[in-house]
Amino acid sequence: MTTKTQSRFGTPEVLFMLSVGVLIVVVAFPMLLIFFNAFWVDGHFNVTDVVRVLQRKETYQALLNSLILSGGVTVTGTIVGTLFAWLVTRTDLPFKKTMKLLFLVPFMLPAFIGALAWKMLLSPRAGYINRLFMDVLGFDSPIFDIYSYAGIILVETMYLFPFVFIQVSGALERMDPTLEESARISGADLFTITRKITIPLVLPSILSGALLIMLYSMAHFGTVAVLGVETGIYNIPVLIYEKIHQSAGSFDSIRTATVLATVLVITAALILWLQNRVLSKGKYQIIAGKSFRPTELKLRGLRIPMLILCIAYIALTIVLPTATIFLVGGLKTYGLPFDLENLTWANYNHILFEWDLTRDSIWNSITLGLASALITMFAGVIISYVIVKMKVRGKGILEFLGMLPFSVPGSVIALGVILAWSGKFGINLYNTVWIILVAYIARYMAFSLKANSAALEQVHDSLVEAARASGASMAQALRDVVVPLVRPGMVAAFFLIFLPALRELTVSVLLYGPTTRTIGVAIYTLNEDGETVYSAALAGIALIIIVLGEVLIKRLVTSKNGA
Amino acid sequence: MASIEIKGISKQYAGRTILSDLSLELEDGECFTLLGPSGCGKTVLLRLIAGFEAPDSGRILIGGDVVADASSGQMQPPDKRSLGMVFQDYAVWPHMTVFDNVAYPLKLAGVGADELKNRTMRCIELVGLTNLDQRFPSQLSGGQQQRVALARALVSEPQMLLLDEPLNNLDANLREEMRFEIKALQQKTGVTILYVTHDQEIALGIADRIAVMDEHGTLRQIGTPEEVYEHPADDFVFRFLGIANFLPVRREANVLHIGNSSERWTGIQPDKNWNILTAGFRPSDVVLSREGEGLPGTIRRASFLGAQFDYLIEIAGTLIRAALPSHECVARNLLFSEGDSCRINLATVQWFEGQIVAADKV
Repeated sequence: MTTKTQSRFGTPEVLFMLSVGVLIVVVAFPMLLIFFNAFWVDGHFNVTDVVRVLQRKETYQALLNSLILSGGVTVTGTIVGTLFAWLVTRTDLPFKKTMKLLFLVPFMLPAFIGALAWKMLLSPRAGYINRLFMDVLGFDSPIFDIYSYAGIILVETMYLFPFVFIQVSGALERMDPTLEESARISGADLFTITRKITIPLVLPSILSGALLIMLYSMAHFGTVAVLGVETGIYNIPVLIYEKIHQSAGSFDSIRTATVLATVLVITAALILWLQNRVLSKGKYQIIAGKSFRPTELKLRGLRIPMLILCIAYIALTIVLPTATIFLVGGLKTYGLPFDLENLTWANYNHILFEWDLTRDSIWNSITLGLASALITMFAGVIISYVIVKMKVRGKGILEFLGMLPFSVPGSVIALGVILAWSGKFGINLYNTVWIILVAYIARYMAFSLKANSAALEQVHDSLVEAARASGASMAQALRDVVVPLVRPGMVAAFFLIFLPALRELTVSVLLYGPTTRTIGVAIYTLNEDGETVYSAALAGIALIIIVLGEVLIKRLVTSKNGA
Repeated sequence: MASIEIKGISKQYAGRTILSDLSLELEDGECFTLLGPSGCGKTVLLRLIAGFEAPDSGRILIGGDVVADASSGQMQPPDKRSLGMVFQDYAVWPHMTVFDNVAYPLKLAGVGADELKNRTMRCIELVGLTNLDQRFPSQLSGGQQQRVALARALVSEPQMLLLDEPLNNLDANLREEMRFEIKALQQKTGVTILYVTHDQEIALGIADRIAVMDEHGTLRQIGTPEEVYEHPADDFVFRFLGIANFLPVRREANVLHIGNSSERWTGIQPDKNWNILTAGFRPSDVVLSREGEGLPGTIRRASFLGAQFDYLIEIAGTLIRAALPSHECVARNLLFSEGDSCRINLATVQWFEGQIVAADKV
């Protein structure tokens, strides 16, 4: 008879320790180093020094700019997102379903590529639209300067408004229409109903979406870096980048960066805390889980103008920048007009097949994306298993550690990884592809944990116990029951990580070395170096890869759900 | 097939004692029902036997072999205990067909392909799911999924079958049908069954022996269904096995009176010499008449339930319920209406010491 002696240290404890170990090394240690470097000067805990760093003009300016930019983006993005959400859910706008899908497209386009396109269109001297107005239509000055606060806010709005759009259209769709109908029966007109019933009910969703916009805008590097460099507009992530890159790792610049990173982390934590409070307050029972058919407002005379507005918005924010990227990518020299004789396939050919720098970057991004997605997928499923299924004490720590990077901006993670893995602690990964991999794993672990724990929560304990009772060992039960049931969650986690990793810029721009550029870094640095045409061509290739990837996921996910 | 011996088992959860020093023996090949209110620890006992939990103290033996012993820390994992188990929520694997679900224990046991197919199909047939073997659980009704779970538990011809409220989620007809099927299966295969439930009707109908457990995890009585029903060890058992009437009785100068009244008790005399006692009886034990011998009562409510009449009767300030077959009421002119007076005789009476307050207000 096989017997097993009970010990205090069984498989759950081993798995638990292992998970905690991984998360400490990958997540907690780099983060702690940031706080340590920010507050610990010459062996002393020192807050006055932190304050002094914050009072310096450039840090102070970065904080102010971050506030202005993210505040502006939050306001405009919320207005745009709420308006379109209302239009596609509550009015008789034509082609609503198609419009709803189109409004989600900006989510998959990287904002910094958009910024690049808008720079080509609206930079004060060379931008195609400005030139059109000045050279052809005889304007004295450019009609719009994209190198400005307003320009940056507009471009970020285009790519971040879906946060509000998704939340609000979801809430509007799930809201029980009888609530509005009963107000109507009580004699309220549609305007009063909207003001007194509808808006208060969706307000939590609007606020929570707005806070998400703010969170992302705060941490956003690409758009500000591309559009702000000419006129000296920079936010916190951009300043961190400059500190790390241009001052060759001097102690003072690293300290400034860590202080800035600390500010970012605290702000992000504050925003997420606020969002949690808003959401928990907004959990009215009246917004039920199932879908109702809400009453539609007849737009009447406004129906066609509103449709035109939507189409124009989509044309301006999606079609125009994308077309610009591909066209500029095909130009013989940047600045030439888009005549057929100026267009060539040579650039695409060059970056795809001839130029090591761009070829490497594509290869790097794909391998990094694959590797980080695979590693986080498997680590995530094990850690979620411990969190969801195992009875071990202290698993709250695991959850906290795993979800921590969710609220930590990419530049902070990159900075932490630099502090941890640049040789100070015996391992030097700086300038290698490994340091980017480590940072990606830390950054995307939360995505994997979310997807996998959601899947694991569906796997009831009794399913595993039924397997054990049928004679399966724990390993066999995992193989035959748990893994097949969790597989969809794992696939989802894989793509949730692979696609963002593919177009990632904020983290890799701080970590890249001579041969370890990612696609994002290559596009960014080519643009910085004035190789606008190649930068655009590579951006075009990136867009194709990203769109193909998204389509592939949709296919996989829908076929899974259909079965 | 195997006997199950539980010796002095204790189990705590988060500082709360669920079971303490519990002993129980199941004979080889019997159908044993563990009956108790929800949350009393009967599922914990089942999980201890299955090996999903380890006892804090005590030993468990299956077929004479020790499978868990708290003092030595010995613990045989569930997969080595030769179990069939049916879970309350079916636990049918949603990603496998009916066939694959049922065949899984055989596959693990390394049974050859032909034999595996034959035995699986035979088992699917046994539970009445022929032709559904290629369906997925999502395409089956709750009752059908339940039967898949049962087939899966039986297919490997385990030594014992552990059933945790397996008929809970079924509708009344299906529940009855499945109850008979489980009983028939047990007689056919001779497997030892431990059936855990809070439904006394199923327990009485299916069991060779019943153990009644109270909310503190203590066993109040073990016996055949007839023993437990006819001779309950205490008022808890009596109450748990059906609708219970309690009539307070006091002894004064060796004469029995009802409650505080001067009304004399005229029914069956207790064989004990207690001074304060309670007469317990079922609604069906009540024999009514319009006049003559018996305790005087007043009808407070009369409900016609089809096959029977249900009367709420007041006897000296205490309310009791009586159930009479409709045909008898008609034949013997016992169609009472509210306010009518009547005479009550009792076919059987259970005597309990002290005053027992009826928990439910009828």
